[in-house]
Amino acid sequence: MSFFQQLGHHALAAFQRLGRANLFLWTVLVGVPGLLFRLRLLIQQLFAVGVLSLVIIVVAGLFVGMVLGLQGYYTLVDFGAEESLGVMVALSLVRELGPVVAALLFAGRAGSALTAEIGLMKTTEQLSGMEMMAVDPLKRVIAPRFVAGVLSMPLLAAIFSAVGVMGGYVAGVTLLGVDEGAFWSQMQGRVDFHEDIMNGVIKSVVFGVVVTWIALFEGYDAVPTSEGVSRATTRTVVYASLAVLGLDFVLTALMFGEV
Amino acid sequence: MQNTRLVETMVGVFIAAGAAALLMLAMKVSNLNAFSDVEGYEVTAQFENIGGLKVLSPVSVGGVRIGRVSAIDFDQEDYEAVVTMAINPQYDRLPVDTSASIFTSGLLGEQYIGFEPGGEERFLKDGDQITLTQSAMVLEQIIGQFIFSKASEGGGE
Repeated sequence: MSFFQQLGHHALAAFQRLGRANLFLWTVLVGVPGLLFRLRLLIQQLFAVGVLSLVIIVVAGLFVGMVLGLQGYYTLVDFGAEESLGVMVALSLVRELGPVVAALLFAGRAGSALTAEIGLMKTTEQLSGMEMMAVDPLKRVIAPRFVAGVLSMPLLAAIFSAVGVMGGYVAGVTLLGVDEGAFWSQMQGRVDFHEDIMNGVIKSVVFGVVVTWIALFEGYDAVPTSEGVSRATTRTVVYASLAVLGLDFVLTALMFGEV
Repeated sequence: MQNTRLVETMVGVFIAAGAAALLMLAMKVSNLNAFSDVEGYEVTAQFENIGGLKVLSPVSVGGVRIGRVSAIDFDQEDYEAVVTMAINPQYDRLPVDTSASIFTSGLLGEQYIGFEPGGEERFLKDGDQITLTQSAMVLEQIIGQFIFSKASEGGGE
């Protein structure tokens, strides 16, 4: 009997948490329009969330692109099709790796920081303090961070893809001697703006919403102790990464499928 | 105040870099600029069979790309494909008896149009038609013919 009770207890707790997360998102979204009058808050968060993530995104993008160039070349050269290297690098980056890897890095770099920050604010009762002063912490603290995350993610993913294509160019054309004209012209011939690039952008916006939402909610819902904050931070990275990978499959099936 | 300005500048740079990356993806990586890229004077050619030729396929002379295919239509009177090519204006000294053939780069590569310049003194200009053409070699047909000829040889003995 106690087994079923335990199972039910955990299931109910999980659903309650899911419900709280949805209410949380709703309240944040309601607070978003008010941000127009507090642009300074948004800019500060864009700096913390977006600008500070730039270095890791650029470096990772460059190396991912270079590795793609190298591995693609070794495979394609057997078929005498190394001119298609540009297509391969660009399509893998703008369709999959750009949004996904950028979102994973974003979850690790910015998501964990957001959770820890909000969690500590809760632990040190800054959030309650704001409520005492009739300032809604959801509007003052959470909403700017949410918008900053959602805005930053597509920009970071685009930068990742662009730098990655450069990396592929460096590895393929400069180091391995693929014909430069074929590299670009085949890429331009095969990569479609609406089909490939815009779908990548849509993906990265979705990932931005999900990662930021998870990060903020975990922080807001954290047990207000040092251990609670540390667990919430871990959960953010794990859940956000899994959500990104799972959603990527769903979005790919929806957007690039034959449906 | 200095600090705020720095933060704002950095955010501005970040957003501009993101927009520039997207623009680069749109212009350099994808074919969004395809229609502005195809420019120059246009010549047409009729082919029986164009194989896998596509809009934007390269047009080259001696391996040097001088233009791109800008449109492919079908002529309902001759039942032939009409390929319109945009040639870079810098190459304006192609003789009128230039011949056009459809080649494949490598065994499995993409198809392109190769020009073979003739000996006339007059040069191709906008709107001209190339009359000497050679269709694409369709690999399946060649294999089919080969098997057919082998089979008929075997039957004759």
